[in-house]
Amino acid sequence: MAVVEQSLAGARGRNLRRRAGKLFGNRWTLVVILALVAVAVVIGADAKNISGVRMLTLVVRGVMLGGILSLGAVGVTLIYGVLKMSNFAHGDYMTVGAYLGFALVGVLPHGPRIAGLSFGYEFIVALLLVMPLMGLIAYGLDRFTFRRLRVRRSPPIMMAMAALGLAFGVRSIVYMVFGADFAFFYTGATRPSIELFSGVRIRTDQLFILVLAIVLIVLVYLLLERTKIGKAMRATADNLDLARISGIDTERVVFWTWLIGGALAGAGGMLYGLDVQLRPEMGWWLLLPLFASVILGSIGNVYGALVGAFTIGIVWQVSGAFMNPAYGPGAAFLVMILVLLIRPEGLLGRRG
Amino acid sequence: MALLKVDDATAGYGEMQVLNSVSLTVESDEIVSIVGPNGAGKSTVMKLIFGLLKPWEGTVQFDGNDISGMAPDKIVKLGLCYVPQVDNVFPSLSVEENLEMGAFILDGPLGERKERVFELFPRLAERRRQRAGKMSGGERQMVAMGRALMLDPKLLMLDEPSAGLAPMLVDMIFEKVAEVNAAGVAVLMVEQNAKRSLELADRGYVLATGRNQVEGPGSELLNDPEVARLYLGG
Repeated sequence: MAVVEQSLAGARGRNLRRRAGKLFGNRWTLVVILALVAVAVVIGADAKNISGVRMLTLVVRGVMLGGILSLGAVGVTLIYGVLKMSNFAHGDYMTVGAYLGFALVGVLPHGPRIAGLSFGYEFIVALLLVMPLMGLIAYGLDRFTFRRLRVRRSPPIMMAMAALGLAFGVRSIVYMVFGADFAFFYTGATRPSIELFSGVRIRTDQLFILVLAIVLIVLVYLLLERTKIGKAMRATADNLDLARISGIDTERVVFWTWLIGGALAGAGGMLYGLDVQLRPEMGWWLLLPLFASVILGSIGNVYGALVGAFTIGIVWQVSGAFMNPAYGPGAAFLVMILVLLIRPEGLLGRRG
Repeated sequence: MALLKVDDATAGYGEMQVLNSVSLTVESDEIVSIVGPNGAGKSTVMKLIFGLLKPWEGTVQFDGNDISGMAPDKIVKLGLCYVPQVDNVFPSLSVEENLEMGAFILDGPLGERKERVFELFPRLAERRRQRAGKMSGGERQMVAMGRALMLDPKLLMLDEPSAGLAPMLVDMIFEKVAEVNAAGVAVLMVEQNAKRSLELADRGYVLATGRNQVEGPGSELLNDPEVARLYLGG
């Protein structure tokens, strides 16, 4: 009798857990919990007498930071989708992009500053040059490193180690060429700001960054949804074997994946450098928030990476109201852990 | 001359030999069915033909070309298309995008080819914008077959098209196979459902322990006591 009861209790426990899992694992449950966290933040801000304008300003800055993060995160998630590989060198690709842009801005003839912004057209020209260049560099590095490992069917841990090695190597080159000091695209330039609404001020550069990030993301969206190569990228991410069986040229898909991933990383790095400053470790410190964004939105899913990047960006900035802003990435990571405990497959992930 | 000719092929995975001098042919207007018990190497034959495995010995010839171990994207160009048994659709792509991927090697508009697939499977036309991952097993099988038909292949290879489907859907899929064949496409399929597939096939092969043991017209194989013995073991 006792045994039967025990097993019944066990079954009931399992059942309960499954139902709890169903309830808490629901995407919308997660959204509600995130909303509750947001409400708690607002109440907390009220209790600490932090003004609404300051909070709103931080949210706006978070959105801007999310734009930069999304440029890196989309690349990470595309590369993971197509190659099933975590590119831990992606943050450092952003650094390289930023410094390549820095070098180009230094070489190009400086035009007058664009109205309201802190930089001239040479910055935009440099950006347009850095993007394809970084794309080709990312593909070239793949040919020399990851591709050799793929051909040999190396285990994922080898790929991860290779990516880490590449990250250190690439960063060392930046140190050697540009030195360890931080730098600015335009040293001592005034950075104009405007009032967005009711006392919320934002630098015009940051507005430019956000708009550009959105434009690039829309372009990536159109590429993935409308073009043949974009659809083939999604197909390859879905099922590599079936893609090959269908006659999809998977080498071409790999090329385009790195080209897009590298170009976006280059743009993201330049924009981050414009917003803050250039340091050889700038991208390395972005790596954790990048992966947090990607995992939060469910890895391999481009739209998930966007949702994740903006969430992480906002949490990073808003947490600065309550503690030392240096802990921002940590707060963002905490949110990611919370999400993973509730819904391990990420916000936009599929179950099972 | 046969459209497809597998000649005395031996193959396997790593060190493990699965196929032992298998030979088979498919003529350009036939439906040929390979039947056999579990683990007989049926799917391995398909992988061998489609270049996913290299033969240790023997050759695979298609339409006058030696395709032994050729890359799948080159084989597709010759007019040989393959529907695997599992994971045979792109789940996050729409029905229409799945079909487009089947014709990746072609440039130019695909509207006419898509319409032809939709004529064969009207159900897919209704759901052209739906993601394949959200569809039922039968609908997925239609998407998978449709994808493989986009290139207008000379030979369509189907790996267990009826696996896991309800009896009514099995009927439907077999009807479609007959329809495809009537339109001039040769079909080579592997089936667990030996009775149904041999009824449909012009010829069949019984594969057991990695060899083809018996060959003959479908209806004859059905009544062959040897076939029954191979299936039941003994």
